[in-house]
Amino acid sequence: MIPAPAFLSNPERFMAFSRWAAPMFGALAVGLALAGLWLGFAAPEDYQQGDTVRIMFIHVPAAWMSMFVYACLGVASFLSLVFRHALADAAAQAAAPLGAAFTALALITGSLWGRPMWGAWWVWDARMTSVLVLFLFYVAYMALRAALDDEAKAARAGAILALVGVVNLPIVKFSVDWWNSLHQGASVFRADGPTVADVFLYPLLLMALAYMSAFGSLWLVRIRGEVWRRRAEALALRAARA
Amino acid sequence: MSAVSVLLARETALAWGKGGGPMVAVGFYAGVATLLPLAVGSEPERLAAIAPGAAWVALALAALLSLDRLFERDYEDGALDLLTLSPVPLEIICAVKCLAQWLATGLPLACAAPVAAIALGASPQLSGLVIACALLGGLAFSFMGGIGAALSLGARRGGLLTAVIVLPLFVPPVIFGGGALASLEAGLPWKAGFALLGAYGAAAVALGPIAMAAACRNALS
Repeated sequence: MIPAPAFLSNPERFMAFSRWAAPMFGALAVGLALAGLWLGFAAPEDYQQGDTVRIMFIHVPAAWMSMFVYACLGVASFLSLVFRHALADAAAQAAAPLGAAFTALALITGSLWGRPMWGAWWVWDARMTSVLVLFLFYVAYMALRAALDDEAKAARAGAILALVGVVNLPIVKFSVDWWNSLHQGASVFRADGPTVADVFLYPLLLMALAYMSAFGSLWLVRIRGEVWRRRAEALALRAARA
Repeated sequence: MSAVSVLLARETALAWGKGGGPMVAVGFYAGVATLLPLAVGSEPERLAAIAPGAAWVALALAALLSLDRLFERDYEDGALDLLTLSPVPLEIICAVKCLAQWLATGLPLACAAPVAAIALGASPQLSGLVIACALLGGLAFSFMGGIGAALSLGARRGGLLTAVIVLPLFVPPVIFGGGALASLEAGLPWKAGFALLGAYGAAAVALGPIAMAAACRNALS
């Protein structure tokens, strides 16, 4: 992780890099998603789940991304808090809505998948509950940043909250697992089966890479937008003082 | 050392004094415990099934209610600026403030908790554990909630923001405490949940002040 931020911590280099990298990642994401969806729809129906198994190709990568983006948010917040680097803060600010969107997508598609499979839109299963709490962390982070007028203060407060979240998320995960084993409900869950057949595995991996590239592209675009916005604000301030 | 004890006396007096002090939290708690049977129905067996859990959730909400007074008043009248100038580290000051908050709301709530639980139909044998959980959980609620209160200093609609920030942080203690109570009522081993609640409370007391002090310094900068 260290060499990439060190290289990109120079704003000039970052802007030059992201100018090309963002559209490239975007094109890569479209290509991978097209291939993944094609394979996904070409895959045979699951013998138990029927057609609904295809929701997996949308749902599972979104759930993976929801955690990956929070890790990115945590690293960016740490760099911004310790080194007071403006780009790191822009990166943290830009990552949060994307992470919240992935988390919401995972929750919504999970709910749509749960209705035909378990007969319920929502089940208080350990994984679903901890993803819901993860979503709350994203919401709290965005609400905190939106509520503080002073941008520098909002940045540091947000970074502190993100790091508190990094410490707390494993505990939340553990507590929810513990709670679920305590309140063992009717076992609506059959084991997903640790082995996924190759016909399902390849589209799943392709979609995961597509999500990852899409996140990379959107993240860079949002950081660029944030840099431009701050530059415009600084120029406006300078013009107002003159 | 005397600076800390003076500070504790001041904070406790402030928390007990103007603005209702413990009465607000206890009143809210009593209100929830009273409205609950009216909403879900008064059949004893239905109430008894949810009584310990309901009493526990009401406790978490009541702890949330008094959080916005933790730093806000000192921040607005400049007392927090003066406190940061003192030779006592800001982390200790934040910890003392949370401790005073716990003395003023956690302790009275812990005394009220078994009464509410029994009124809702929980068995009286639970009372000991209800009090112990309320004391330990109140510590976790105060110190974790303090992080939210410190972070939302200077924000618009600070009270609502505090609630949003604190909600996910309250998940583990609510689960551990509720789990211990439910286990004891079902005759299962309850010590695991209680020990985990204690661990979470201890971690909150140890680590919470660091985050609170960082947030306070940021708000005052």
